[in-house]
Amino acid sequence: MLPLNTFWLVQLSLSGALILATSLLLLKIYKYLCYQLTAQKSLVTQINRVLPQTQCGQCGHPGCLPYARAISEGEASNRCPPGGHETILELAELLNDPVLNLDPSHGQFKEFSVAVIREDECIGCTKCIQACPVDAILGGPKLMHTVIEAECTGCDLCVEPCPVDCIDMLKHYEDAPGHPAVIFSKNHDMQGARP
Amino acid sequence: MLGVGTSLSTRRTAGGIKPPTYKEHSLRSRIMPMPIPPQLKIPVGATKSGTITLCIAAGDHVHKYQKLAQLQMSAQGRSCIPVHAPTSGIVSAIEEAYVADHSQQKQVCIVLTTDGLDTSLPLEPAVDYRQLASEELVTAIRRAGIVGMGGAGFPAADKIDSAAHQAVDLLIINAAECEPYISADEALIRERAEGVVTGAAILQRASSARRCVIAIESSKPDAIQALEQAIEAQTNIAENCELILVASKYPAGSEKQLIQSVAGIEIPSGQLPARHGVLVHNAGTSYAAFQAVAQGKPCISRITTLSGQALKTPKNFEALIGCSVEFLFDICGIDKSLRAKTVLGGSLMGLQLPSDNAAVSKTTNCLIAAGSAELAPPAETQACIRCGFCADACPVRLLPQQLLAFSKTENNSQLLEHGLMDCIECGACDYVCPSHIPLVSIYQDSKAAIEAGRTNHERSEAWQQRFQYHQYRIKKEKDQAPTRTKAAPANKPAAESGESGESVSSNGDGQEFFSKEKASREIAAAVARVKARRAESKSVASEQDKPK
Repeated sequence: MLPLNTFWLVQLSLSGALILATSLLLLKIYKYLCYQLTAQKSLVTQINRVLPQTQCGQCGHPGCLPYARAISEGEASNRCPPGGHETILELAELLNDPVLNLDPSHGQFKEFSVAVIREDECIGCTKCIQACPVDAILGGPKLMHTVIEAECTGCDLCVEPCPVDCIDMLKHYEDAPGHPAVIFSKNHDMQGARP
Repeated sequence: MLGVGTSLSTRRTAGGIKPPTYKEHSLRSRIMPMPIPPQLKIPVGATKSGTITLCIAAGDHVHKYQKLAQLQMSAQGRSCIPVHAPTSGIVSAIEEAYVADHSQQKQVCIVLTTDGLDTSLPLEPAVDYRQLASEELVTAIRRAGIVGMGGAGFPAADKIDSAAHQAVDLLIINAAECEPYISADEALIRERAEGVVTGAAILQRASSARRCVIAIESSKPDAIQALEQAIEAQTNIAENCELILVASKYPAGSEKQLIQSVAGIEIPSGQLPARHGVLVHNAGTSYAAFQAVAQGKPCISRITTLSGQALKTPKNFEALIGCSVEFLFDICGIDKSLRAKTVLGGSLMGLQLPSDNAAVSKTTNCLIAAGSAELAPPAETQACIRCGFCADACPVRLLPQQLLAFSKTENNSQLLEHGLMDCIECGACDYVCPSHIPLVSIYQDSKAAIEAGRTNHERSEAWQQRFQYHQYRIKKEKDQAPTRTKAAPANKPAAESGESGESVSSNGDGQEFFSKEKASREIAAAVARVKARRAESKSVASEQDKPK
């Protein structure tokens, strides 16, 4: 009776130990994988934070986040023309890479500008609305379109599809002709108005 | 009457410098009323800072005290600053011009060609401020178009309003004018102390502050005496109005430094004094509030110091808002051959004016026609020798040397850590630096770079969010697309018949409003225009290529 008992006891304790060890190992592996994944993810987030978020696609990716993902997997970090040299410097520092010059095959650095539609020439084709990556253009079919200045990223994507070339890239929205600066109101009922 | 220095003790704060003063030159004569200039350019505001509404048009005849326009600030809903005519005349134009204030950008100005008659509208009836409630006083101050006369130019009514909501305890009237050249407030107090004291009582009532303190530098005995007499003369004010002397050093009149020396409270970084129960107003603002409430006059003039070696008779003027700097200099007897530059504000925090045609605004406290020996550009910059004079002089107790080192390496996180944003740009470190390093302008550049980085980051985050929503929207539309195409054929015939029906829609007069035919014709024309333009540019390009 006793030897059998001892045998089973040994068996039980051994298998228990084995299960414990395996589960511990699995936990370790899981934790390691999680860590790797989050590290990867946080790297992508960090890179994405450095990128200018114009969503212009000049790097060859549909948006800044996909490019950030590509950089984290080893793609060259000098393909962002709107970010210019500053972005390259910051990325090089972040990734501990050598500082490269901007890859000219993806475009030249330009100063930030916003798209302004010459409204009397617009035919209302909606092509620019479809091209805009941040939904910053308002308008309907065969009706005049206009750009919300505050939301425009200056990505240039609306300029190419316009069939009548009525979109300008301007440094300031105020440069556009006919920008209202002052409201004239002769009989405005205002606080403090004197007769 | 209290003797100066017997019952009043002087309060002091850390740091600061004692530069030689030039106030006595402009204080020799009394405040002069100015002759009516032939033309006034009354500044309303920059187009970027808010919405400007004009109540007049070019060609209108206006009377003195008539409201001309108002600026509705874009940042806050309530703040609106009306502008009134300083004299009668005809509005000849509305244009953008340079203004003598710290914004350094063109502002919309109303050009008034004066008629010299100075016909005025009847003033609003003078009222006893003690009969009015706090809100009524704030409204009266807002209607008079009063802004911070010390130089900040923040709407006074808004400042009082926010303070009243936060239940402030202490109102400080800032009569500590520490810049070496400026004597406008001192002159105002010497001659019109009663107005300033009554104005203080009005501001106290408007902001519901429990106590009121008038803070003045100990080096101005005449002004102190005038204030003491004015306070004693009005028994109802004397109960809760106190005079406090602060040490005569630069920058004693800076808001946070003044609060520290008067109330002993250090306002934490990035917070407004109102949160700590303190409200500070300039003595000039106090006098303007007195004029607005007790006399019913809107803000159409201010006391401006004219000084500098190029002037024969430096003095303080009651300058009409909108008169040109050149006109004021001319009546002070300027010798243009002596003038090296024109400086707005004091010698330490002032800036050089781009043009002498600039108009006097509500914040123009001092104009200096500097001779060549005066306010000379600093000597050649040399390396920092780590003497530490700047750290002793800094009134905010920052470490200017460290900030300089971090600025040079553009180490923004360390700059923020070392409190760059708390630098008040007083220029005390510049003044004491034996190596003549232009510290303040370096800090200003760093501050601007940090601000730009911040706004850039906020902007890109907004773009990213919009892009993500755009992608989500496109995906949603794609998912819904199959159901839509299935539904479409059923609707199509009806739509077509509808279209043919409204192809030429015209009203009874036979005038076409909108039709598909007309639209398609216009579109075809536009496309043809562009094609022609493109072909032209191509042919030009090919012609240019040919000769080579």
